[in-house]
Amino acid sequence: MSTNRGTPLVELRDISISFGGIKAVDKVTVDLYPGEVVGLLGHNGAGKSTLIKCLSGAYKADAGEILINGEKVDINSPRDARALNIETIYQTLALADNLDAASNLFLGREIVNSFGFVDETKMEAETRKIMARLNPNFRKFNVPVSALSGGQRQSVAIARAVYFNAKILIMDEPTAALGPHETQMVAELIEELKKQGLGIFLIEHDIHNVMKLCDRASVMKNGQLVGTVNVNEVTDDDILGMIIMGKKPAKAA
Amino acid sequence: MTETTHQPQTQEKAEGAIARFLRSTELDPRLIGMVGALLLIWVGFHFYGEIVLGDGSFLTPRNLWNLSVQTASIGIMATGMVLVIITRNIDLSVGSIVGVTGMYMGLMQVEWLPQYLGLGHPAIWIITAIFGLLLGALIGALQGGMIAYLAIPSFIVTLGGLLVWRGVAFLAADGRTISPVDTTFALIGGGPYGSIGSTGSWIVCAIASAGVIWLVLNGRKNRRLHGFPLRPVWAEWFMGILGCAIILIATLVVNSYPWPKGILKDYYGKLGQEVPEGAFIAHGYAIPVLILGVVAILMTILMTRTRFGRYVFAIGGNPEAAALSGINTRAMTVKIFTLMGALAGLAGVIASARLNSATNALGDLDELYVIASAVVGGTSLAGGVGTIYGAIIGALVLVSLQTGMVLIGFGDGSYRKIVIGAALVLAVYLDIIYRKRIK
Ligand SMILES: Nc1ncnc2c1ncn2[C@@H]1O[C@H](COP(=O)(O)OP(=O)(O)OP(=O)(O)O)[C@@H](O)[C@H]1O
Ligand SMILES: [Mg+2]
Repeated sequence: MSTNRGTPLVELRDISISFGGIKAVDKVTVDLYPGEVVGLLGHNGAGKSTLIKCLSGAYKADAGEILINGEKVDINSPRDARALNIETIYQTLALADNLDAASNLFLGREIVNSFGFVDETKMEAETRKIMARLNPNFRKFNVPVSALSGGQRQSVAIARAVYFNAKILIMDEPTAALGPHETQMVAELIEELKKQGLGIFLIEHDIHNVMKLCDRASVMKNGQLVGTVNVNEVTDDDILGMIIMGKKPAKAA
Repeated sequence: MTETTHQPQTQEKAEGAIARFLRSTELDPRLIGMVGALLLIWVGFHFYGEIVLGDGSFLTPRNLWNLSVQTASIGIMATGMVLVIITRNIDLSVGSIVGVTGMYMGLMQVEWLPQYLGLGHPAIWIITAIFGLLLGALIGALQGGMIAYLAIPSFIVTLGGLLVWRGVAFLAADGRTISPVDTTFALIGGGPYGSIGSTGSWIVCAIASAGVIWLVLNGRKNRRLHGFPLRPVWAEWFMGILGCAIILIATLVVNSYPWPKGILKDYYGKLGQEVPEGAFIAHGYAIPVLILGVVAILMTILMTRTRFGRYVFAIGGNPEAAALSGINTRAMTVKIFTLMGALAGLAGVIASARLNSATNALGDLDELYVIASAVVGGTSLAGGVGTIYGAIIGALVLVSLQTGMVLIGFGDGSYRKIVIGAALVLAVYLDIIYRKRIK
């Protein structure tokens, strides 16, 4: 798990954004290499979601720059981010409750036939395929997602991020609502995607998952970056210390 | 994809005959409820007339034909209002847009165009109608732009529009009534000459029935192609026959409403003939009703088959999620209000053609009927839910109540308002109960 292998896939440099005078993210710099999982950690309200929303196009940073493969990019909308192969699982899941799983999965990127009409049956067939991989128990294809359980909704959101061959994946607490078996499946999915060379930002509160899944961990506190560590060089107590005390452990500093 | 085919429903054994019928035909229970309510209203008015007045005149070709024509302009606007309400907005200005477009179209075809083209020029009606549609669209775009980009609530923008456009309609011709309109233009409003007659109606009937059969067959083919469970064959037959039967009955009704004597005389007089003994010329479908039919089909395709329709529903379900999915929600809002405005312009064409004149009161209070139609038709004011066919049935319900009250001698506006107002609240209450029960 060595760092610094040539050009990073993503670099967020000195990103700042504030809401009504409150600095939600304050000059944060993080990077991500292909085939790597970087954990983003911190207390509630530390600014993790806000930071990754600057990358996913939901927010426009007040200051700072974003580089993809070493090139500066302008991400002004979620559409721009998707065009750069950045896919996001939002903490809120961002599902339209009144639409079914397939409609949500393809929202904004519907499959259309040669007449330009939405090909509903094709989309459902594709949805069945990907769900069979992610959550084989999933059956509720023809009901609005409001009728799904929290975990089922989360699987839909995960499927949407995975389906479109992302190169950069942002997962904001992807397993928060999942049962142990489903969580295990997501862990396996992350391992598999990593092998395929994706870079993954993983926001996660469970320290054991962080130790298991992440290569590096960046810790935030009150909108600022506390530091980034190689996970295999520190203990979980070190990381907890960073989160709570806001200080980098002496030996890794 | 064999593993995706039959997902046996575990509750199959427990479900009753009605539930199985609904599941097999995939008919929306709410639709059945609305159609049931509509039929109840029709039969109710008819038998009230029969018993109390000794003359049941509701279920007659003449009344049903009139009903269809009166529903056209409200129905057309209601299809647009569905989109507006689904996206959690409202448009209170549609009645005034009917007024202002009607007024300017009146000026255009009576006072402006004849100066250049000559009175009765065949291009007048089409230029006027397109002008009316564009004017409506422009007003809609303006209001939509303010809602989307200036973030003024749609209630306020269109409440302003309600007043502003009504005022403009008055000022356009200083409150004058402009009539008569161009003779070709007037046909768009219906009437004996503005109907397509018996042969034309049978052709429409044949095309529409073929369309129903194609829908059933194509649906089946598509499901088989992707290995989804098929509807039982009897359910397919049922849907096909039901669809064709409704079209057939409607055609029979409009084809058994004859031209009145005066029109017959006028018609044969123009041919230089006497009215033959026992002459019978049927109205057939009125042109505005056909326009409503075409609008309904196009709007249904728009809402169920296109990305645009998906985005409308997505914005209604979760505006934030829609935006995060890369949907330009502001541009969508502008487009939806533009479409609404254009449909109000089209309703203005029909309303002024039907009246054969343009007055500044044209479309007065239409916004209330249009909103009520959409809501009675199952469009949820909370957003995200609604159908085009529902809105049209809703419009039929309201117009039926209105004309029914007149027929049974309660034509006085006050009774009508009381009944329609109460029906609106009741319909929404029933819908709320229904939604709670399926949850
Ligand atoms: N749209 C917004 N408007 C105003 N303030 C916001 C907005 N989004 C986030 N904030 C504020 O920014 C700060 C960081 O929020 P953020 O959601 O990024 O936290 P987080 O680290 O993801 O927390 P959690 O672990 O609870 O998800 C918080 O103080 C929050 O109140
Ligand atoms: Mg968060």
